[in-house]
Amino acid sequence: MIVRLIAGVPGRGLALLAALLAALTAAPLFASDYLLTVLILILYFAYIGQAWNIMMGFAGQLSLGHTLYVGLGAYTAAALFVHFGIGPWIGLAAAVPAAALIGAFIGFLAFRFRVAGVYFAILTIAFAEFARLGFDHLSWTGGSGGLFLPVSQFTHNDLWRLRGHPVMFYYILLAATALAFLICRALLQSRVGYFWRAIREDEEVARSTGIDTFHYKMIAVVISAAMTSFAGVMYAFYYNNLFPEQVFHILRSIEIILGPIVGGVGTLFGPILGAFVLTGLAETLTAALAALGIDLPGAKQVFYGICLLLVVTALPEGIWPWLSRRIGLAEKSQ
Amino acid sequence: MAGLVPAIRVLRIEKTRDQAVPADIYLNVAVGGVLTGLVYGLMALGLSVIFGVVRVVNFAHGEMMTLAMYIAITLFTAFHLDPLVMLVPIASVMFVFGYVVQVRLINPFITRPDYMQFLLLVAVGIIIVNGLLIAFGPDVKSVQVSYAFDSFQVGPLIIDATKLYAAIAAIVVSAALFAFFRYTRHGTAIRACADNYTGALVVGLDVKQFYALTFGLGAACVGAAGVMLLLIVDVTPALGPAYTLLAFVIVITGGLGSMPGALLGGVLIGLTEAMAGLLFTPSAKSMFAFAILVLVLLLRPEGIMGKRAA
Repeated sequence: MIVRLIAGVPGRGLALLAALLAALTAAPLFASDYLLTVLILILYFAYIGQAWNIMMGFAGQLSLGHTLYVGLGAYTAAALFVHFGIGPWIGLAAAVPAAALIGAFIGFLAFRFRVAGVYFAILTIAFAEFARLGFDHLSWTGGSGGLFLPVSQFTHNDLWRLRGHPVMFYYILLAATALAFLICRALLQSRVGYFWRAIREDEEVARSTGIDTFHYKMIAVVISAAMTSFAGVMYAFYYNNLFPEQVFHILRSIEIILGPIVGGVGTLFGPILGAFVLTGLAETLTAALAALGIDLPGAKQVFYGICLLLVVTALPEGIWPWLSRRIGLAEKSQ
Repeated sequence: MAGLVPAIRVLRIEKTRDQAVPADIYLNVAVGGVLTGLVYGLMALGLSVIFGVVRVVNFAHGEMMTLAMYIAITLFTAFHLDPLVMLVPIASVMFVFGYVVQVRLINPFITRPDYMQFLLLVAVGIIIVNGLLIAFGPDVKSVQVSYAFDSFQVGPLIIDATKLYAAIAAIVVSAALFAFFRYTRHGTAIRACADNYTGALVVGLDVKQFYALTFGLGAACVGAAGVMLLLIVDVTPALGPAYTLLAFVIVITGGLGSMPGALLGGVLIGLTEAMAGLLFTPSAKSMFAFAILVLVLLLRPEGIMGKRAA
């Protein structure tokens, strides 16, 4: 299994990955609390970006409503915890199937009724917005007033109940990101992965070669939704508060997909690189503006938007495909 | 934050006879919804025209509208210009804005994948929203015209003057656009570019030039709609994305790329929102709009007036 996973990866690539993993594992020993929260954010976006990439990057289905699955995971686990005292890891066993089921429902409707391309993207937005408005009026989860988890002391880390210091969340997310990376690598090398890429490149041709495109697109949406919902559970227990206007907002969906697009859609390392670049950019801008004494709400986002414009104009495939060619580590045509 | 779209102002109805009121309320709200819906339709028309020709989904559409609204507010505050007077000048400014955006930014992205175009326009949207935030702050702004509280009474109907003027202006602008596409050489050329990109190139049309013209026209539409909408609703910089979504809902309901469809979709969504706000709770009214969207996508993905694409 492991042999298959690393087959064909250049030694330098493996060394680079190992170095990155080692650096990230050691990071909490040196990082300040501030840097740690930034790193948590980076890993969070790297993980979700990886999950989103399965749908768009591998199978070619543009989802613009991925925050739906984050929110479903977050709300399911948080509500079980608040109302019944059920811990997050058992809550996960409810949250992941719930998100997968909704993903399957949306996928079934969309793919059965041949809703594709831009229309599919807007359908996913519609369901996310539907959830936002629905949760606004669902009193069991606090409605628009929000759902709050009891805040814990940082005196000891309760891994089972996910109450504790951010370092704990950091390592959970690091493990999840590494695992997601391996899962994606395995998926890409599997039969399913080849079928997905065939569908992405040309669905009609894929169908004509006998691929059951409906079936494989369903697999993509279910895996992607399930993986994304795990991040939602972490979100709920890390931030301890959930508001429909926050969690399900269209801007959250956009945030999720910026990383993988900037990093390189369809590549394995793109979502991780994109998360580092964009979160790093946002934090650098915050620091730079503070240093310059500029205290204008919106100034940071304007610069952020300009940087996005520059990146997509200069690097149409994203950063990783360009960078990997420069350093001689190009992923074989994915 | 309010619902998807600012609440339609509660009707100002003199309660003359209590038992006669209920039926009147429904009728009045319905008419108000239809009039607002026509302005929504004009906004969506811009999106539809751009998609129909350039095949790019303008994810900064609502943001462009708020930009036009803030230009109007600035002029209103400085010179007390009536929004109806500013309609054509602001639409022209937005035309130039759209033209430049297409030439400078979008034309190189025409052949890129959907998600890249999406990212490009999201970036444009982020810059507009936060640029407005820097310039005007996060507070709610509105214009108070002298006829803000005027109304016309037609039998049992009481029609807000602002909504009526806005709707009439929306119809006039839409009609001008229809006429442009139908009867002028440029309009015909643009339709040719939309029908067959390669064919248009072969007969010597400067397709990218016409794309820029189209994006400019779409921007002018949404600019005009924004100025009209100012008579009816208040605005904050953060409302851009909500209006983008609303425009999507309308355009897909009516048929992406269909001009009459956009207006029809606007009226339908305006009516739905108004009635849902009255019958249920105003904050849930957008749910009905999204429910319509989902139904249309599933049952008739090409939209009510749309042609079935391949």
